[in-house]
Amino acid sequence: MASYLRPAELPAALEALAQGVAEGRPRVVVAGATDHYPARVGRVTDEDVLDVSALAAFRGIREVEGGWWIAAGATWTQLAEQPLPACFDGLQRAAVAIGGLQIQNRATIAGNVCNASPAADGVPNLLVLDAVVELASVRGARRVPVGEFVVGNRATVRAPDELVTGLFVPDPAAAIGAAAGAPGRKDEFVASSTFLKLGARAYLVISIAMVAAVVVRDAGRRIASARLAVGACSPVARRLPTLEAELAGRTLEPGIGDLVRADHLTALSPIDDVRGTAGYRRASALVLVRRALEELAS
Amino acid sequence: MTAWIAFSVNGRPVDVEVDPMRRLADVLRDDLGLTGTKIGCDAGDCGACTVRLDGRQVAACLVPVAQAAGTEVRTVEGLADDGSGSGGGHERGGGAGLKPHEFADLAALQRAFLEAGAAQCGICTPGMLMAADDLLERTHQPTEAQVRDALGGVLCRCTGYRKILEAVAVVAAAPDAAAAEVASAGPSLPASGGAVGARLVKVDGIGRVDGTAAFGADERPEGCLGVRAVRSPHARARFTIGDLEALHARHPGLVKVLTAADVPGQNRYGIYPTGKDQPVLAEGEVRHRGEAVCALVAEEAVLDAIDDAEIPIAWQPLDPIADIDAATAPGAPLLHAHAPGNVLVRGRLARGDVDRGFAATGARAAVEVETTFVEHAYIEPEAGWARRVGDRIEVTVSTQAPYMDRDEVALILGIGPGQVRIVPTACGGGFGGKLDLGVHGLVAVAAWLLDRPARAVWTRPESMAASPKRHPARIRASAAADSDGRLTAFRFHGDFDTGAYASWGPTVANRVPVHAMGPYAVPAVLATSRAIHTNNPPAGAFRGFGVPQAAIAHEALMDDLAAQLGIDGLEIRLRNALRAGSMTATGQVLRASAGLAACLEALRPAWARLRAEVEAWNVAAAGRRDPARRGVGIGAMWYGIGNTSIANPSTIEIGLDRAAVVTLYSGAVDIGQGASTILVQIAADALGVPAGTVRLVSGDTDRTKDAGKSSASRQTFVSGNAARLAGEALRRDLLRLAEVGQDASIELADGRATFREPGRSAVTIDLAELPEIGVGSAGDRAVLAATGTFDPATTPLDTDGQGVPYETYAFGAQLAVVEVDVELGTTRVLRIVAAHDVGRAINPTQVEGQIHGGIAQGLGLALMEAYVPGRTENLHDYLIPTVGDVPEIEIILVEDPQPSGPYGAKGVGEPALVPTAPAILGAIHAATGARITTLPATPDRVLAAIRASAS
Repeated sequence: MASYLRPAELPAALEALAQGVAEGRPRVVVAGATDHYPARVGRVTDEDVLDVSALAAFRGIREVEGGWWIAAGATWTQLAEQPLPACFDGLQRAAVAIGGLQIQNRATIAGNVCNASPAADGVPNLLVLDAVVELASVRGARRVPVGEFVVGNRATVRAPDELVTGLFVPDPAAAIGAAAGAPGRKDEFVASSTFLKLGARAYLVISIAMVAAVVVRDAGRRIASARLAVGACSPVARRLPTLEAELAGRTLEPGIGDLVRADHLTALSPIDDVRGTAGYRRASALVLVRRALEELAS
Repeated sequence: MTAWIAFSVNGRPVDVEVDPMRRLADVLRDDLGLTGTKIGCDAGDCGACTVRLDGRQVAACLVPVAQAAGTEVRTVEGLADDGSGSGGGHERGGGAGLKPHEFADLAALQRAFLEAGAAQCGICTPGMLMAADDLLERTHQPTEAQVRDALGGVLCRCTGYRKILEAVAVVAAAPDAAAAEVASAGPSLPASGGAVGARLVKVDGIGRVDGTAAFGADERPEGCLGVRAVRSPHARARFTIGDLEALHARHPGLVKVLTAADVPGQNRYGIYPTGKDQPVLAEGEVRHRGEAVCALVAEEAVLDAIDDAEIPIAWQPLDPIADIDAATAPGAPLLHAHAPGNVLVRGRLARGDVDRGFAATGARAAVEVETTFVEHAYIEPEAGWARRVGDRIEVTVSTQAPYMDRDEVALILGIGPGQVRIVPTACGGGFGGKLDLGVHGLVAVAAWLLDRPARAVWTRPESMAASPKRHPARIRASAAADSDGRLTAFRFHGDFDTGAYASWGPTVANRVPVHAMGPYAVPAVLATSRAIHTNNPPAGAFRGFGVPQAAIAHEALMDDLAAQLGIDGLEIRLRNALRAGSMTATGQVLRASAGLAACLEALRPAWARLRAEVEAWNVAAAGRRDPARRGVGIGAMWYGIGNTSIANPSTIEIGLDRAAVVTLYSGAVDIGQGASTILVQIAADALGVPAGTVRLVSGDTDRTKDAGKSSASRQTFVSGNAARLAGEALRRDLLRLAEVGQDASIELADGRATFREPGRSAVTIDLAELPEIGVGSAGDRAVLAATGTFDPATTPLDTDGQGVPYETYAFGAQLAVVEVDVELGTTRVLRIVAAHDVGRAINPTQVEGQIHGGIAQGLGLALMEAYVPGRTENLHDYLIPTVGDVPEIEIILVEDPQPSGPYGAKGVGEPALVPTAPAILGAIHAATGARITTLPATPDRVLAAIRASAS
């Protein structure tokens, strides 16, 4: 008989996960459950569930030392409604494009990452934010960058006894300042971001391709750091390191999109499916990357 | 495991002992009886189950009930209590037999939905209402964009969303004022004689906005067993079912596993007497993915624990016939012995000398069109239940065709049709898909054999895999015109993938040649068609029966001819338009009510203005490096009302009882399109009483006579005439009884009928003193009853397709304005202007609603809908338009009365869909130069076509 637990405290949750692994019945973790049920329509299930929605530690999005903390229970609606700096514009745009409000009100940002769909709208944004996934287990805690956390279609490095407790998003401007050896110079840099999603209808649409971008520039519009990622065009969303390197040091001004060439997107490995052909995905990703840069330059 | 979960529903505390992971939607419906919350997909894709959880809209199908602990849940049943303060909470809500609210007790939003015609079938309405309720409480005077965002998670397949937006806007603009105004005025109720043409609120509308209307899945009789089909994962395979003993041992509650051998009568059903080829349960071989091979019967909790993988089925997969090419290849395996070459049926129309027409011309055009399977995607999956009553079976089911169902169930059980009673539930959308049997066969067999009520509710993937689809078409067509643009010849061949079973394939094959050349007078036509079997899902009836596919071809040809000849696109259609006096390609002379020219003339100002606007816009866009281009397209259509050349009668009965209540006994099922309201309006005026006083009994085959099926846009014209004749007959009988003249007025009240004529004193008849007669066989009584029967005047078509296939035709034309992103290939429809000749708009609100909904489905057909067996069996991979996809729609109603129509009316259900895709595709062509002929016009196809046309 399947068991269900909904603890209020993290240690109990971690203990339950560990015990499930020990007993050979790893628990399925459920938060907003918006990916859980659709995968089980008309199917018989016999699963032990750990429901993390009551965990006190899992609530909220807040500013912390060096950046922001998105707790594992934070929903897309909370993200969309919370005032956040411009580096979150892209993620906030994703927040209102994931399912309908019914989904946004329940689904968590962390869950989007853990579900690891190639078309997860959160992932490219978190990639360009250099977000770090924090995991906890009875064995201890660890931090894994999002880019290393998601390793394939529906695959992550989360061990069955681990729980994602939240995501740390470093302040992109502060990171630049720190890299320049002058954390105090943070205020000289401005981070902006965007997210472009391509789908075949207005709402409730799974992306054919999508692009997220964060650009940090100085007061003279010189690009200190540009990070771009493309989703739905490979098993895991991919950053575009060659392009990012070429953009660094350039001036963020209209026409910058013209720098983007098809060979910047060679890391992508799109497939043909009902939403579009591989060739189309590649072509549209190129257009979206250019447009994302133009939008940030305008 | 179970746990006690306590929360609050509509202000009342509840405490339920359930599996904590049970979906909140199931707990609301099954454990708390709040069936106003609907389930359309169980995957958060459709939003029908939207409720408010601590104020926020959520999909109740995705909420573990344990997460509702301690929260406040609001459902549609709790909405009305806001306005009236009448309390009630959940004891009022839910399911069959519960009394709907009075209009004045409804919440402002519910009243606004009714007044605007925002609820058609009503299955999405509770979800829409709760989503809107959330918005209105949170946002003061929201913009339309905010309303769209709030409703974006709820799919509607009927309304095209426009009237929903309108209703929400009314309340948003002035919530208190709107509430007060509507409450005081009440719904508009026309006086005696004023029903036809009035915007009467749906007579069955209140149950659709307060959650009390019972749909197919909303009833679960005491002691009811569940029936679950086990379906083939293979498109073509042989199979054997092994020993079931171990399965029964593992699941002692499993009552029975039904197999083909258990079907008591004929294990074959199908639409045509000659086409009964589809088994209730497959006999050793399956012909399409999703075909039922056996069915489990048990308490629903027992069924839920049985995995299909536990059932000992040995499969021997065979290479499936995947498409028309494979089916018609030499040596292709035959699906059915009666269909040599896998050709189920051929259609043909020949008139005039086509070769000569093509020889001497000003311009010639040719096109090849390919369309795909399109899913009805009604938000209510197939559902219903059956019970055995002595030597009779009663099937309560969501359907479009109760009398056809009755005859099919009788054959399956091997009993007489009189032993079958079909009780239609509220139908949560049909569009042709519920003209075929759904759950009927299996629940009937289970209930008959086990003598216990048996119920089935299909899941969304099951519904999509097992129900019929729109036929994929492969069309080659060409047309020629003289230098004035007058058509001289038209040639057409269409192959239609009719899938594994006949279903409505013959209808498509026969209807298409008649309509192939479009609404134009063409002296020489050769149009042929074939319906071809494959191992795909059966293709059946879907709003238009193949005509929408054909229209894509003929309208592309008209655009091409116009361009070649330098004639305006509207003008060339006008020059060729069928008019009163024209002869159609079947040799039928249209005597009246052929209003295409009027529709085109009505569009002319918008056509000129929109094209000028678009031209200027494109110049500006090019100037600012904007990759968007706009274009305007036009599509025209005609559509024969009712069956093609075969008998198509409707009989409607009307009774007056001792209490002086008039009841219309209508077998015409309202599937959301509004038949019930239309028929009440017609009958009320025919009888001469206010429409608001006419009671309606709908659909039940024991209580009503056969009014045919709700298909082919026939209910207004055919059943409407029957209702008119019934009303007139009852009026005649009454006037004769009272010995008054034919112009006398009739007042019915308090058991008395009072008749007044100018210059004479009133005559009163005490109805309570009259002897009673029975109406139907279920105990309905009347003192006077009358019937009306109408069957359109048609003749059979000869081997050249010559004859009178339909008594009357609907005509229409639409303009579409689109914006195409020429770098991404995405298309946004910005505006539709639709002019339709409906003969007479019996209820303009409902006519507009049909047009909106048809346009939305036409938009889906054009841009996004593609059903791929095994791949798009859900509502997130199979896309239908959302509230953000349907543009502003301007409607121009042309009323060119049909002399034989009820008050001049024809039909509008299907016609509105037909010209939309052609207009959109024409607009994409105008915007980009790319002509899309393989549908849907997804972004990848549009971009490829743009690149191809540029090079």
